[in-house]
Amino acid sequence: MSKIEEESLGKKESEIRYLTPLNIDTITKKKYCMFKRSGIKYIDYKGPDFLLKFVNEQGKILPRRLTGTSLKYQRKVSIAIKRARHLALMPYVADLLKG
Amino acid sequence: MNNYETVFILNPVLSEDQIEEAVKKYEKLISDSKAKIIAKENWGLKKFAYPIQNKKSGFYHLIEYQGSIDVSKNIEKEFRRDERVMRYLTVKLDKHALAWAEKRRNKIKEKVKV
Repeated sequence: MSKIEEESLGKKESEIRYLTPLNIDTITKKKYCMFKRSGIKYIDYKGPDFLLKFVNEQGKILPRRLTGTSLKYQRKVSIAIKRARHLALMPYVADLLKG
Repeated sequence: MNNYETVFILNPVLSEDQIEEAVKKYEKLISDSKAKIIAKENWGLKKFAYPIQNKKSGFYHLIEYQGSIDVSKNIEKEFRRDERVMRYLTVKLDKHALAWAEKRRNKIKEKVKV
């Protein structure tokens, strides 16, 4: 039987073989809490430039699964962002905040 | 005795004298009620991130003071009555915040010197 026939019968699973293993990054960089690492104790609501790291382009607060912030500091970050929003230092809703 | 930090935004249509007068009024209110003013900051006319009362900017002022809760309650009551104040925010400072506030003050001082 020829190869094509075998495949059509489903006898042989189509397998793709590479001569060299594909270079896929399976090792992901470990996320870390930047506040713990750099020893920041208080997150200031008066500095919107810094808080901009923790929001997305629409001005939404990023989850800590993306930023890697620990729970303790995520709470402080969200409070600081909300305070900054109240004082119009940061937008509640935005479009293309980071351009 | 607690430490508090109050930021308030004054209406941009006011003249400089009116702003000075308003700020002085609140400073007097704090010092009259047995509280100690630790720091004052004038951020000047700043643009808002979103319009408030159809205005695009406002005068930001910050006062840090030490006193009892009544002082901050009083001052917030006055803010609510005052039409010149567009927004306000009072925050109680914990020990980390105090350390940060002092650091911030020193930074500003250095900038002025340089």
